[in-house]
Amino acid sequence: MNAHIDYIIHLADTTLILSQRNSEWCGHGPILEQDIAITNISLDLLGQSRYFYQHAATLLNTKNKSENTTEDSLAYLRGEREFKNLLITELPNGDWGQTILRQFFVSVYHSLLYQQLLKSSDTQIAAIAEKSLKEVAYHIKWSSEWVIRLGNGTEESHRRMVDAINNLWAYTGEMFVPADYEVEAAKMGIGIDSASLKEEWINKIEPVFSEATLPVPEKIFMQLGGKSGVHTEYLGYILTDLQYLQRVYPGAQW
Amino acid sequence: MNIQIKKYYYGDIPEDQAGGFVSSSTQSSDKNEWPLWEVFIRSKQGLDHKHAGSLHAVDAAMAVENARDVYTRRQEGVSIWVVESKYIHASDPTEANSMFDPAADKIYRHPTFYDLPDELKHM
Amino acid sequence: MQELENKFQQHIDAEIKIEPRDWMPEAYRKTNIRQISQHAHSEIVGMLPEGNWISRAPSLKRKAILIAKVQDEAGHGLYLYSAAETLGSSRDEMINDLHSGKAKYSSIFNYPTLTWADMGAVGWLVDGAAILNQVMLCRTSYGPYARAMVRICKEESFHQRQGFESLLVLSKGTKEQRDMCQDAINRWWWPSLMMFGPKDSESTNSDQSMKWKIKRKTNDELRQQFVDMIVEQVKLLGMTLPDPDLKWNENKKHYDFGEIDWTEFWNVVKGNGPCNRQRLDARKKAQEEGQWVRDAAMAYAAKQQLKEKTAA
Repeated sequence: MNAHIDYIIHLADTTLILSQRNSEWCGHGPILEQDIAITNISLDLLGQSRYFYQHAATLLNTKNKSENTTEDSLAYLRGEREFKNLLITELPNGDWGQTILRQFFVSVYHSLLYQQLLKSSDTQIAAIAEKSLKEVAYHIKWSSEWVIRLGNGTEESHRRMVDAINNLWAYTGEMFVPADYEVEAAKMGIGIDSASLKEEWINKIEPVFSEATLPVPEKIFMQLGGKSGVHTEYLGYILTDLQYLQRVYPGAQW
Repeated sequence: MNIQIKKYYYGDIPEDQAGGFVSSSTQSSDKNEWPLWEVFIRSKQGLDHKHAGSLHAVDAAMAVENARDVYTRRQEGVSIWVVESKYIHASDPTEANSMFDPAADKIYRHPTFYDLPDELKHM
Repeated sequence: MQELENKFQQHIDAEIKIEPRDWMPEAYRKTNIRQISQHAHSEIVGMLPEGNWISRAPSLKRKAILIAKVQDEAGHGLYLYSAAETLGSSRDEMINDLHSGKAKYSSIFNYPTLTWADMGAVGWLVDGAAILNQVMLCRTSYGPYARAMVRICKEESFHQRQGFESLLVLSKGTKEQRDMCQDAINRWWWPSLMMFGPKDSESTNSDQSMKWKIKRKTNDELRQQFVDMIVEQVKLLGMTLPDPDLKWNENKKHYDFGEIDWTEFWNVVKGNGPCNRQRLDARKKAQEEGQWVRDAAMAYAAKQQLKEKTAA
């Protein structure tokens, strides 16, 4: 498949799956105000994914005139091995601590990524990145404050945050290991080399962890594969939910 | 004084027929309830901040963010003020007479009190 | 005391709003707390039957609309809890009453959302019924409650429209979709009528709520208004309502409709509806599992305050 398209799909899948996970909190948050907050973030991410999917669909339909690709056919009719989201986005939410920690990790990554994508030779990607940066800035503020509150709150919250770090850290590496299409896209000036973001990412994580009295883990083995369609067992179930209606009633309009 | 609400209105079920089912009660710690904050929103440049409602938050940063999430989803805000409810000082409504009535008969403070000729412009 | 009561009633009669620190009869305060908080509980519990289909929404657009709608419900709950707190109750108190079964919420949310079409039916019928009540409440005598209702009404019309539109698409779709649409309407119609509560005729004389302009229209008045509205709208879907007794009454200029199953009504109110347990269990679970989060946030804020004090 085309590296340009794959790159956009990767961006879309990542935001969609994270949105899907966050939306699971709707109606179950620890306090009403935060229920609204995380649902907002879920909506933001869904919006970003839609822009990316729509863009990918337009490109696909331009290339192949007989195609009738839409944001929905991309989201609802591809299988587990075709999804290119980061593994970290498909992991279960865990407790509130794990959820906000994951959001913090991904939001910082997105802010660095989108900042670079402002220079993409694909003007639509650049436009989406520009719009998304405002949302992401808020996501970072919100999630980092929670990391600090929970890391430096009670003994229990601190313990839970340490657990959350242990559950998630092995999945943070994938953000900085470019897939083949990422390397290709970077060469084309469309994407960027995500490996270049690693140092800055850790530079942003460390001060927050420090204020949260949380330990930054030692170098550990990082899990990879999501970007190339080799996922955890969780993704299958996510897609079963997400795609259910379109699969059971093929071709129907909703 | 025997006030009885007998007529039924939307959703109103009389207590004796409502029969809540027996369930283990939740021991929620009331002592640790998050403080209440009042929220004021300026909807557009040039307008005042208007009281929009209240919400619970642990600190000002959270209160502002929550206010933003709750009260400005439909682009209804350019500026947010939050104040912990306990810091709001209000006039006593029972003193409304002495506080506010004296202004009622000082109508010379209102521009419409003055009868000026129509030919007078820019005033 | 009598003078205060007279003045209070004069304000009510003159359509002057009652504000939080105004003198008010204790019963007025209690009734408002009960009504407003139960309205708030309904919004929050109402997030659950609809939240049930967020992960399975059949298109990204529908998913976004549904998430936004459910989030609105949360916001509405917040406006209402906020209004109730101006009367002296606390959020925790109100939530405890909900969880213990002491406080009620609208029974409609004790019904399950079984198919995607239920999302449309709930938006169209349930939100439709709620809107009638809410428009009336925009004129309620207690200021903060009325203002919360105005805010809510502004947001609510999107809810009903998206529900109807969702069903419209189904009604023009495949046979399975059309069947799904009719089935959802069949299951949600009677419970929607029950939302308006028991019949007026089952009341006795005293109508203090009306006198205090806490509520401004009776159950039967609202229910009739709802029926007349929906009977016209359902025609545009090419669907039917599951009531063989629905008939235009030329004399009354209203639609006659069949008898509600009051046994079912009281059963659900008493806690035997299909989802009563699950709804409350979900809310209690969220509250319990959130305790450590709330405690931690408070602990952190306290540490910060201490830091600021010692630094000063």
